[in-house]
Amino acid sequence: MWPNKFDYVRAGSVDEALSSITDDGKFLAGGHSLLPVMKLRLDAPEQLVDIGRISELQGISANGGLTIGAGATHDAIATSADVQAMCGALASACGQVGDQGVRNFGTLGGNIAHADPASDPPTVLVAVGASVNIQGAGGSRSVGAQDFFVDLFETALDDGELITSVSVPDLSDHQSAYVKFPHPASRYAIVGVCVALKMNDDGSCDHAHVAVGGATVKAVRCSSAEAALAGTTVDDAAVNAAAEAVKSDIADWLAGDIAYPESYRQQMAGVFLKRAVAAAQG
Amino acid sequence: MSTRIFGSGIKRREDPRLITGEARYTDDIKLPGVLHMAVVRSPYAHANIVSIDSSAAEAMDGVVAVYTSEDISDGLAGLPTAWLIPDSDLKTPEHPALAKGKARYVGDGVAIVLADDRYRAQDAADAVVVDYEELPAVIDPEEAAQEGAPLIHDDVDGNIAFRWVMGDREASDAVFDAADVVVSERILQQRLLPTAMEPRSAMAQYNPATQELTLWCTSQNPHIHRFIISAVTGLNENKVRVIAPEVGGGFGSKIPCYPDEALVSWASIKLGVPVKWTETRSENYLITIHGRDHVQHVEMAASNDGTLLGVRATVYAGMGGYLSTAAPGIPTILHGLLYVGPYTMGSVFCESIGVMTNGTPTDAYRGAGRPEATFLLERMVDNVAREIGMDPVEVRRKNLIPAFEDGYEVATTLIYDSGDYPAAFEKALDMAGYGDFRAQQESAAAQGRYLGIGVTAYTEMCGLGPSQVAGAVGFQGGLWESATVRVTPTGKVQALIGASPHGQGSETTLAQIISEELGFPVDDIEVLHGDTTETPMGWGTYGSRTTPVTGAALAQASRKLKEKARVLAAHLMEANVDDIEYADGSFSVKGSPDQAQSIQDVALMAHLAWNMPEGMDPGFEESQFYDPPNFVYPFGTHIAIVEVDAETGEIELQRYIAVDDCGPQINPEIVAGQIHGGVVQGVAQALCEGVVYDENGQLLTGTMMDYCMPKADMFPNFELGETVTPSPHHPVGVKGVGETGTIASTPTVYNAVLDALAPLGVTQIDMPLTSAKVWSAIQDANGGGS
Repeated sequence: MWPNKFDYVRAGSVDEALSSITDDGKFLAGGHSLLPVMKLRLDAPEQLVDIGRISELQGISANGGLTIGAGATHDAIATSADVQAMCGALASACGQVGDQGVRNFGTLGGNIAHADPASDPPTVLVAVGASVNIQGAGGSRSVGAQDFFVDLFETALDDGELITSVSVPDLSDHQSAYVKFPHPASRYAIVGVCVALKMNDDGSCDHAHVAVGGATVKAVRCSSAEAALAGTTVDDAAVNAAAEAVKSDIADWLAGDIAYPESYRQQMAGVFLKRAVAAAQG
Repeated sequence: MSTRIFGSGIKRREDPRLITGEARYTDDIKLPGVLHMAVVRSPYAHANIVSIDSSAAEAMDGVVAVYTSEDISDGLAGLPTAWLIPDSDLKTPEHPALAKGKARYVGDGVAIVLADDRYRAQDAADAVVVDYEELPAVIDPEEAAQEGAPLIHDDVDGNIAFRWVMGDREASDAVFDAADVVVSERILQQRLLPTAMEPRSAMAQYNPATQELTLWCTSQNPHIHRFIISAVTGLNENKVRVIAPEVGGGFGSKIPCYPDEALVSWASIKLGVPVKWTETRSENYLITIHGRDHVQHVEMAASNDGTLLGVRATVYAGMGGYLSTAAPGIPTILHGLLYVGPYTMGSVFCESIGVMTNGTPTDAYRGAGRPEATFLLERMVDNVAREIGMDPVEVRRKNLIPAFEDGYEVATTLIYDSGDYPAAFEKALDMAGYGDFRAQQESAAAQGRYLGIGVTAYTEMCGLGPSQVAGAVGFQGGLWESATVRVTPTGKVQALIGASPHGQGSETTLAQIISEELGFPVDDIEVLHGDTTETPMGWGTYGSRTTPVTGAALAQASRKLKEKARVLAAHLMEANVDDIEYADGSFSVKGSPDQAQSIQDVALMAHLAWNMPEGMDPGFEESQFYDPPNFVYPFGTHIAIVEVDAETGEIELQRYIAVDDCGPQINPEIVAGQIHGGVVQGVAQALCEGVVYDENGQLLTGTMMDYCMPKADMFPNFELGETVTPSPHHPVGVKGVGETGTIASTPTVYNAVLDALAPLGVTQIDMPLTSAKVWSAIQDANGGGS
């Protein structure tokens, strides 16, 4: 509970943040991932650049898709009518992060930069093909969510780079859901499954988006589960096939802990895929 | 007639200050010039300390001193074990405040740093370089007792600290040999973390001029802390003042005197300035005592008709790296003596083996020994029922001790004070609708849903306890309490007690007793505690003893005052004492109700002493020492209804019914609060809490991210009921209720889950019943298929 010594800088703009950050520095937004590890002395940045009050990082705009500022809080996203309309699963996932206090402070940018494998929003971002907009001293770039999450607590961010926003496609013509099996201790996901279905007028599934988190070292897009649903009427047989497929989709990425081992989480991914499909259709 | 205050669910007077954050805890107390202590702790569970280099730390800004075991050896004695179980071949290995040559658990203190700032102290502690030679570690108490296990203390052969035997082995064997049915189970009572909301804290201030030491600390028993701090520092006991300010929960974890309290005291004496230490939550999980940690091999003998004949158990109780203050008493006296429970069972045998391990020291945790006994008993009753094909409720009903009002001796030699177990049992079954439930369970099963019910009948021993018994069982103290009821000239009451409540609502409950006895409005009564200089002697708040023992002392002191008031009132009204009537805080003369003296009038006149009866001393204050003639034995029946999701292994606790009898309830709201809290902690043991170490003795459940504390949404609204059976030996008939919830609820929920899983062929799962373990057990019972 007694972090190491660090310098503190509050940045007023993205440019100022980028010019202030040092080699051993970290950006601080809501602090709900970074500060706990600093208090445990598991991380000891020598400098914190506070980006929490930079106005250009705030806000959620909808214009053919969503652009969500990196500084938008989980609560702001969960309660945004635009997000609910265009990507209900993301609103749902952000509404399941932590508790209300955490959601009021914690930001989407901070969440994905931390890349906790059991966090909820990354699973949705990977499922729906969102992209992460990044700025660094050398300019800006955009990385697909699937490539952004590299491994356990590891992202495509380079040193000194800052997430500015996240772009999410308009899926208002999809049925989507994020369903989570919360860890009883931490309430992070033992497994979290996002499903988004594009249904045709004839009752068949045009295509499906499926991703799994919690059970894996990072959020994993599940292409064989998607294939098992596409072209079907999403009947029991198709959903059962997808539930089996999802287990193989994540087989190379499994993660577990002392109470909920990999093998269990893998099985639960199948169970929660079924529940996510039902929730999306509900 | 006003509403009777005794029995009224008035709000806890403690709560406004606690809820608004105004309460003052140890860490809130600031002294100028204070040094902050940080402790360098062993990262290894078992390691020789080869060398310690503190030069870098000492050179850091703000660092005043770094001390190791060598530095403290001439001024600070090792910490004593204060429960010396007789006839158990007890070994009490030295417990130095800083590890001497060898660290015996992760978190064992190796050095202390004193600095002018808490951050600097921690930075410097990180800069102390300790060279360790890691040794093989052992955590499981049964493994630690095997030949070839790593030896933790050279003077504790085979790591066996004690071996306590209760009952006659041959007589027990004869019962088991002749029985129709014997069931057995290996039960793991997993380690638990007490997790009081306030972590531990201690601040010492030594005054070189007066040679007095004041120690503020998180204590459930400041007088015991005074005694031990005096012993380890060598200061006379009358030069040590221990103050327990607001204490934010303890659950037993603030009974022991720890190295940290001794170290701040020693350092303050050494340096002549105040020294403060407050643990982090991570430290709390590493070094504050853990509870339970039994490996039990249990058998029960029964007849085919369901008559319970006997229970026997071999218990390996993990003590951790050192023997904590009361540790040997927990798996012995407080455990084995409960083996009969509420049943007429005639044969008991227990061999309890206290084993040193490389875990954190264990000691009393809410219920302390009694939950571990009640669990094994209730588990085995369900096993008997399954074995003979009888409803577990019928087995219990058949064996319950019939109602008794004044003493019932059981096979463990305890004499239960009073009980009507069948009444509480039937009431709980009625509330649960037991018969209907079995029908629901069947129809649910037809739909592939798994419902289960668990029923626990219990009694427990609390209100600790008669001092003569304490002495006979090796407890190094008395178990009486004392109290002073002091009335000011304006008729306001200060009740000073030696016990040290820390969240139980005793300031409210005890005021209600005084108000009932003496007639002062409850709001005019303050209950003061937690300061060895200001309060009379007492042995502390634990073992559900403050209401029964301190409450009795206060009732009797109040009665003495009331008698004085009656005599003085008669004198003032020039009437015969026999003609004085008392009602609602007012004395009047029989036949002339207009003439009256209120208790406040009498108190004032006693203080003024202008007109006292012959031989009566002035003042209005009485003290009472109260040594209970027996323990008190609350009892009841708890029932849980659960549903298991076979697809995930998740358990939903759907209903929880608790019928408890703690005698007359002084404050039903507080009783309900105690039961709620106890049930939550007990259910958490069944479902989610459990310490996990790795094979090297590293604590894997070191934060609440991994150690699963219960959460409100795990629980339904509890359905509480009560029966009222007064204790015959107690001045107001009350029994303790602080631990009943913890004692009864763990087996209740466990048995409910196993009842739900019975159709799937699952018969045993180690606690806690996480969804992963339940799911795996279902898969295993299905032969691996899903």
